Amino acid sequence: MSGFFDLPSDLQHSYAGLIGLHLREALLPVLAGLLVSLPIAQLCVRFRWIYPPVLGITTVLYAIPSLAFFVVLIDYFGQSETTVMIPLALYSLVVLVPAIVDGVRSVPPETLAAAQAMGFGAVRRYFQVQLPIAVPAIIAGLRVATVSSISLVSVGMLIGNQGALGNMLYDAQTYHRPALAVNSVLTIAVLGILADAALVLVRLLLTPWMPRKGATR
Amino acid sequence: MIRIDSVTKRYPDGTVAVDRLSLDIPDRAITVLVGPSGCGKTTTLRMINRMVEPSEGSILLDGRDIRQQPVNTLRRSMGYVIQNAGLFQHRTILDNIATVPRLLGWTKQRARARAAELMERVGLDSALAKRYPYQLSGGQQQRVGVARALAADPPVLLMDEPFSAVDPVVRKGLQDELLRIQDELGKTIVFVTHDIDEAIKLGTKVAVLRTGGRLAQFAPPAELLSAPADPFVEDFLGADRGIRRLSFFPSTGLELQTGPVVPIDADAGKLAARAATAPYLLVTDLDGRPLGWSEPDRLTAGAIDRERLLDHGRPFVPGTDSLRTALDGAVLSPTGWAVAVDGEGRAVGVVSQQVIGEAIRAAHGEVAEHADAKAGR
Ligand SMILES: Nc1ncnc2c1ncn2[C@@H]1O[C@H](COP(=O)(O)OP(=O)(O)OP(=O)(O)O)[C@@H](O)[C@H]1O
Ligand SMILES: [Mg+2]
Repeated sequence: MSGFFDLPSDLQHSYAGLIGLHLREALLPVLAGLLVSLPIAQLCVRFRWIYPPVLGITTVLYAIPSLAFFVVLIDYFGQSETTVMIPLALYSLVVLVPAIVDGVRSVPPETLAAAQAMGFGAVRRYFQVQLPIAVPAIIAGLRVATVSSISLVSVGMLIGNQGALGNMLYDAQTYHRPALAVNSVLTIAVLGILADAALVLVRLLLTPWMPRKGATR
Repeated sequence: MIRIDSVTKRYPDGTVAVDRLSLDIPDRAITVLVGPSGCGKTTTLRMINRMVEPSEGSILLDGRDIRQQPVNTLRRSMGYVIQNAGLFQHRTILDNIATVPRLLGWTKQRARARAAELMERVGLDSALAKRYPYQLSGGQQQRVGVARALAADPPVLLMDEPFSAVDPVVRKGLQDELLRIQDELGKTIVFVTHDIDEAIKLGTKVAVLRTGGRLAQFAPPAELLSAPADPFVEDFLGADRGIRRLSFFPSTGLELQTGPVVPIDADAGKLAARAATAPYLLVTDLDGRPLGWSEPDRLTAGAIDRERLLDHGRPFVPGTDSLRTALDGAVLSPTGWAVAVDGEGRAVGVVSQQVIGEAIRAAHGEVAEHADAKAGR
């Protein structure tokens, strides 16, 4: 009988190796999603009328099953990590774009007026005032996007061995080793919780200016 | 000097916020824009630093059209203070104040040193430097707003209802502080408020705007009170403008009576002699500070009971305080007499409502004569 952490050789990775792979396949798309969302969100703030159609598009993208994406993407990228990560990046937009838009819009009008009156140019105002103040909202969005991305990576197993920890689910069936499935699910859950906690920590470090609960004056 | 030259602002939706406004804003003085909500005060102020562009007319700064220099250069040469301070919530107090110097390219160190200096100038404890805005009271935040506007030592300060979000006591403190700072720095200040009392207290000149953005009157506060241009201004000044106007008349000329003032250790002879001078006597302590009023026949030499004296109300300082303060003292006094004290609070005399009334009539007469002379009558 194999141990809980002994993986079948067809997975081509050790347990730790799968975790590394899983995190990479989950986090890179969120990072890419963030980089794409920032300019899109800024456009939505600047030109209000494009926000509703943009929201509509991100929702439609989110509604497309990953399998459908895979069918198209396999022609270009083969059965690769890229094929798994592109849909994940697109899915993250549905949370990240509204989170950033809300964050940037939450900057009080008098703060913006003050920045303008003090002679901030548009670029400086964005990077030095709007973006820092939007950080809590952006991180709130990142938390949702990250956790869901970590759980969604598993579908990569549908295109052969690209689901990282998710591949263990497949093997659990093939080799009749239910423990592998339990291991997979538990590990993914723990990764999700840890990633979430890490983001909370990042937010605390980035926003010493936010009122803390129970803080005294 | 800032010259606003027949400026009109029509917003895209057709609202005329400011209508052919012309104002010459004097240097090194506080010019107040006052008027009901929506009369175009903020719009006018924001046209001076080009946050709003006029639809017609022009604004000149020292004879040059403000559009001749880059907009951010112009803005960095004008401090701007708004209601609720508009502080950067993500920056410490020190860094908030250092903002404009940093934009002007000062080193971080120099900008922070300057910011620390300004915190002291506006009366902020240096212990607050490392705090964030949420950790400050409204009044403190407002002070930070003023310090931030002053940081790069701009010649012009634009203030949009800076003190309207704080309670009356704090507001009075901030107003006094502003007057003190202005005495030291001599900035050209344009101050927007909808509070006519604030306008009268702070303004060297006051521009009253009416709804629709038209100028109703532009005059020093005393003139506004004595000669409102039309019923709108008169109405805006409120029912007690006569009383308020007294703030501008000095109490110097009031004829004080010293007879009714007696020390607490006065002997019977003295009490009897003084009793003849007035219906009430003002008893002072041994240093001459007023204790209270009493009818002469209730006083027993050597055994004057402080507890049984009538409250003497708030005394005024002749020369420093206005006729308004003197009249207030008399009205509040149970005897109808106001107590005059020197800088140390020692009674220098008393004055009746009647005498104050005569002084008021005389002062009005002088103003009227002066006005007639000016009008060439
Ligand atoms: N961006 C804008 N677009 C259209 N109309 C505007 C805009 N800003 C102000 N207005 C209108 O212009 C008029 C003057 O506004 P402004 O803000 O200058 O008034 P205010 O005197 O500062 O009033 P308050 O005392 O309430 O602050 C108002 O009728 C207002 O509704
Ligand atoms: Mg206003």
